Amino acid sequence: MYPSTYHRPASAAEAAALFAAHDDAAFLSGGHTLLPTMKLGLARPAALIDLCAISGLSGVSLQGQTLSIGATTCHADVAAAPEVLRLIPALAGLAGSIGDRQVRHRGTIGGSVANNDPSADYPAAVLGLGAKVVTDRRTMAADGYFVGLYTTALAPGEIVLRVEFPVPQAAGYAKFRSPSSRYAVAAVFVARTAQGVRVAVTGAGSQGVFRATAFEAALDRDFSAAALAGVTVPEADLVDDLNGSAAYRANLVAVLARHAVQNMGRVVLLK
Amino acid sequence: MTTLALTVNGLSVERDVPDNTLLVTYLRESLGLTGTHVGCDTTQCGACTVRLNGQAVKSCTVLVAQVQGAAVTTIEGLAPGGRLHPVQQAFKEQHALQCGFCTPGMVMAAVDLIEHHPGPLAPEFVRSELEGNLCRCTGYHNIVKAIVMVSAAPRQAAAPTVALAG
Repeated sequence: MYPSTYHRPASAAEAAALFAAHDDAAFLSGGHTLLPTMKLGLARPAALIDLCAISGLSGVSLQGQTLSIGATTCHADVAAAPEVLRLIPALAGLAGSIGDRQVRHRGTIGGSVANNDPSADYPAAVLGLGAKVVTDRRTMAADGYFVGLYTTALAPGEIVLRVEFPVPQAAGYAKFRSPSSRYAVAAVFVARTAQGVRVAVTGAGSQGVFRATAFEAALDRDFSAAALAGVTVPEADLVDDLNGSAAYRANLVAVLARHAVQNMGRVVLLK
Repeated sequence: MTTLALTVNGLSVERDVPDNTLLVTYLRESLGLTGTHVGCDTTQCGACTVRLNGQAVKSCTVLVAQVQGAAVTTIEGLAPGGRLHPVQQAFKEQHALQCGFCTPGMVMAAVDLIEHHPGPLAPEFVRSELEGNLCRCTGYHNIVKAIVMVSAAPRQAAAPTVALAG
């Protein structure tokens, strides 16, 4: 594998200092995207700065009506966390649907949110629930955080500390996976909140996760699967590849949105 | 080079290895524990599955530096003294392997699954939890049968994972 040095700071400040001290550094969390990417030669960091020894970065806590999930919390722990299961079961189910059993023991929410893979699950929950991404420098709203393919509003060297999810009235998630990669060909997260319905789509957008505003407007008027009849996402904004054409994905997004609306509080995996 | 220490199958080990050494490389090349296989090397196939502090992970996608001091169980650690673990015995009885390449990873994933879930496991659940392990011979049927069989047996008989030192 590509040669790199390994560093294990004990604080976010120390991690930031290490990042600044190296010409080509990368933050490492679970490593389940970064390490395969390094093996393929697509990432060549000279220094890896592991965030997992920083205290306070792992675990789930509840403050009022906000569920805070530390950046280095692995998917399996989010899926099994009693507070997540009780307050946002669709989020627990989403975490439990990522990759496979072994991957869920290592991959982390912070890594997923910082990487912003266009087919990743967590961006749909973060955007769909209107969560906040808290870094060592600031707090960012989900709207505006996800900028494009593998691109976020994070500045170089900025460290995600936690994600804060406001507890919704209800939420649902429906996904159609690629059977080989287990990533979403398309997936839709629907949340009912006091401020209105939010609908986020992952896997299908040519620029990564996005809000389906036409779906939100229709569901705000009438929260039912029937209300989505004839409502679409623009094909021009969708991925067109081996897994499915843009037209196929547009239909899939509409189907998945109906499933999510009909199964609030759950995750539906279509086969 | 960094000195990295682990507890592997109950024994404390320490080796000087480059920072970017993968856990699977450490196990196979530094310790000679070649029962853990490298199939795809891209986190797909699960042949490299070991248990890390009691959780199944793909050792091709973990740096040994990340898990300094951890307790690791490999397939070699399941059968101390040559006495097969109940999952290994069930794989044998159910003919749950053909070429055998995926088998160490399958067995480690199965042990992890059974230990985390009390009581008999439903075949469909076993199939979904085994998504991270690919077999290109068996079609999975006998693997699932073997795991379901062990999960349905009294757990005292299915318990003896190797005790980890420290």
